[in-house]
Amino acid sequence: MGQQIVNGLFLGSIYALFALGYTLVFGVLDILNLAHQAVFMICAYAALVLVVHLHMPIFAALPVAVLAGGLLGMVVDRIAFRPLRGRSDSNIAGLISSIALATILEAAVLQFFGPDVERFPFGTVPTRSIQIGGAVVSELQIVIIAIAVAMLLGLTWLLRRTRLGRRIRAVAESPKAARVLGVDVDRIISASFFVSSALGAAAGVLFGLAFNNVAPDMGRSVELKGLAVIVLGGMGSMPGAALAGVALGLLEVFTVAWIGSSYRDAVAFGVLFLVLVLRPRGLLGPAALREA
Amino acid sequence: MSLESLQDLWLTYQSTVAFIGLNGLLALSVYTTLSCGQLSLAQAAFMAIGAYASAILTFHSGLPFAVNLAAATLLPALVAVPLGLPVLRLKGVFLAIATIGFGEVVRIFFVNLDYTNGALGLTAVPQRTSIWMIYAALSAALFVLWRIRGSRAGYALEAIREDEPAARTMGIHAARYKLAMLALGASFAGLAGALEAHYTYMVSPSTYSFTRVVDMLVYAVVGGTSVFYGPVVGATFLTALPEILREISARVGLAPGPLRLFVNGAVLLLVILFLPEGISSLPRRVRAWLRSRREAHAA
Amino acid sequence: MLLSLQGVRRTFGGLAAVDDASLEVGVGEVHGLIGPNGAGKTTLLNLISGLIPPTSGAIVLDGERIDGLPSHLIAARGVTRTYQNIRLFPALSASDNVLVGAHLKRSSPLWRRMIFLPSAAAEERAARQASLELLDRVGMSERASERASNLSYGEQRRVEIARALASSPRVMLLDEPTAGMNPGEVKAIADLIRGVARAGHSVLLVEHNVKLVMDVSDRITVLDFGKVIADGTPAEVARDPAVIAAYLGGEAAA
Repeated sequence: MGQQIVNGLFLGSIYALFALGYTLVFGVLDILNLAHQAVFMICAYAALVLVVHLHMPIFAALPVAVLAGGLLGMVVDRIAFRPLRGRSDSNIAGLISSIALATILEAAVLQFFGPDVERFPFGTVPTRSIQIGGAVVSELQIVIIAIAVAMLLGLTWLLRRTRLGRRIRAVAESPKAARVLGVDVDRIISASFFVSSALGAAAGVLFGLAFNNVAPDMGRSVELKGLAVIVLGGMGSMPGAALAGVALGLLEVFTVAWIGSSYRDAVAFGVLFLVLVLRPRGLLGPAALREA
Repeated sequence: MSLESLQDLWLTYQSTVAFIGLNGLLALSVYTTLSCGQLSLAQAAFMAIGAYASAILTFHSGLPFAVNLAAATLLPALVAVPLGLPVLRLKGVFLAIATIGFGEVVRIFFVNLDYTNGALGLTAVPQRTSIWMIYAALSAALFVLWRIRGSRAGYALEAIREDEPAARTMGIHAARYKLAMLALGASFAGLAGALEAHYTYMVSPSTYSFTRVVDMLVYAVVGGTSVFYGPVVGATFLTALPEILREISARVGLAPGPLRLFVNGAVLLLVILFLPEGISSLPRRVRAWLRSRREAHAA
Repeated sequence: MLLSLQGVRRTFGGLAAVDDASLEVGVGEVHGLIGPNGAGKTTLLNLISGLIPPTSGAIVLDGERIDGLPSHLIAARGVTRTYQNIRLFPALSASDNVLVGAHLKRSSPLWRRMIFLPSAAAEERAARQASLELLDRVGMSERASERASNLSYGEQRRVEIARALASSPRVMLLDEPTAGMNPGEVKAIADLIRGVARAGHSVLLVEHNVKLVMDVSDRITVLDFGKVIADGTPAEVARDPAVIAAYLGGEAAA
């Protein structure tokens, strides 16, 4: 039981990191960025290249990959979203242009690395385990949970206490009003993409380390899980996404333990479907997702 | 050209021709719900339902193939109704997400269904589909959509797409129309699934993943969704493209898989950014451009 | 009475946008609804047409309660409308917009069209003809095939009125039909409204142009902060001290 909880928290913290970035952009733009999973995947590769070819220690490679992810996010905004702003169908058009960009990025990775799974070299991460209560916890798990929690707190601080955070929240509330108040909306959106994609990048690197598995399609399943998380948490809600990420991690682990591993993925999508039908605003989301 | 080389050409490309028809039908299934402004991404699930239903009937009943196809067309529509009642109340992206969720649940259901051989799926499905059947089905779908356009129902659909609340205050029962279109799109997808299963000899859950729906959506968007034949144009273009790319990739030394993905993504991006009404709007745009040039010259 | 509102109330987050409003519209009557900005006029029209349900109170059409019904059923009972912020279908032509408006009047099962039955084609021709005649009635027949989004403001308002008339409604709700029009156009709209009422359609008219309302209305209701502060003939309302204080007073002073 204790072991399950630890494993669930571990998985859930990665889901939460991924979903936070997802939901941040949705909160600001009301648009789903389906290229988020491509950033997640590419940054796992970036960390891998830094460790394998430049022999960097992972604790140096992680921040570099996160920074690269943030910059890539700004590029995604520039190419796939900014040109569509103001178009009447920008919701669905943005969805599609981000799919297009994700496809292009995945093609690039396939060209350079091929379709096979890559692994971090042995010794990249600590392999010792410790005993807490009845559960065996690896140092890697502790480190990953710690990084996830630290980034969560950092994001909360950023959004609550800094000038940038206040402006991001203002744009999320109403881009029009923010513009009237003198906020450079395009720049704030760009910054939101940076933060969002940096979180996605961190999730990608940690995911790659956790399962020692980096592959061109690694973002696909997480993308759909991430959707489930942000819907469960309430679209656009940060605390909701964090909470729902952990909840989904726990739910999956317990499903595997009690029902069987083949139904693990059904849980996420069953929950997603039920939440949308029964309580579309999720756990902590704002109301009024349905038409009046 | 000799008869023999023509025959060779046909042998090389007949599966491409078949898949152009199948993908055209699938693109129409996405278009059908889009035509009233609803983005449903459950089409792969409807396709799976049609494929499994017809394959099971082929294995376990002596019914003629036409009856199997009819069942594969009807069953997804029947599933679409109870799905649509709650889900179509969601708008925009939320409808898309809910239908993704439904699609994945259906796929995982088939992965875990021992009766249909789980993740491996059904193999050695007898080949019953001929290419003419695919094109007959595609023509039927096009015919239905063509006749809807310009009818009372067709105008109602356009009104719902443009402004649903305003359409309702004109007495249009929007919920019913949206449900009907979801069911019609589902039946197109189911029919395509059945035809594909009996063309490729197999039914496997991995065929009906989220990626497959994205492909359908890409066909529809690249072709253009402002006219009913646009999605077929898109499907034709993007299905034939890999054949051309295979030649190119051999010459420039890029692996065909990544190149195909890259070109798909790039085409989609260019179309959505610069040609929002799809490549089927190109002739009209070119004509308008020529006319404006003539007028500029005349002036 | 054809349409009557009895103690209708609608709150948004605790604030009453419409508060205990009652009014009655007779057959063939033009009923003006005026009041300062934010008085709840558009909200009242949204309540009648079913875009939002009332919090309490009753809306009765010809003896039948229609409050709480979905808007397409309210339209089917004979209530159509125009919008303050014009909601034509922008990608459709002017005449196609009117054709959509005729949705309730048309009956042509799709299967007839599928098998090319001549009766289906005849029905379509008749419907098209009718929508062109309506466009002619609002002076828009020359622009019939123009995309709605390419029409000027005043033209769009006229097409919207034609669209609302296309289903031969019993009650037509007009939300500021002359906003943004020049005096000549306003005159034409005034004539049109009177003609519509003479033909037996009732009109509930929300309008900022007080002169127009005074000219065309049989009765006028004045709203302020969601409450009815006066109700009567134009002459009575114009004399009402509460109205002068709340609404006309501002204009008289200006």
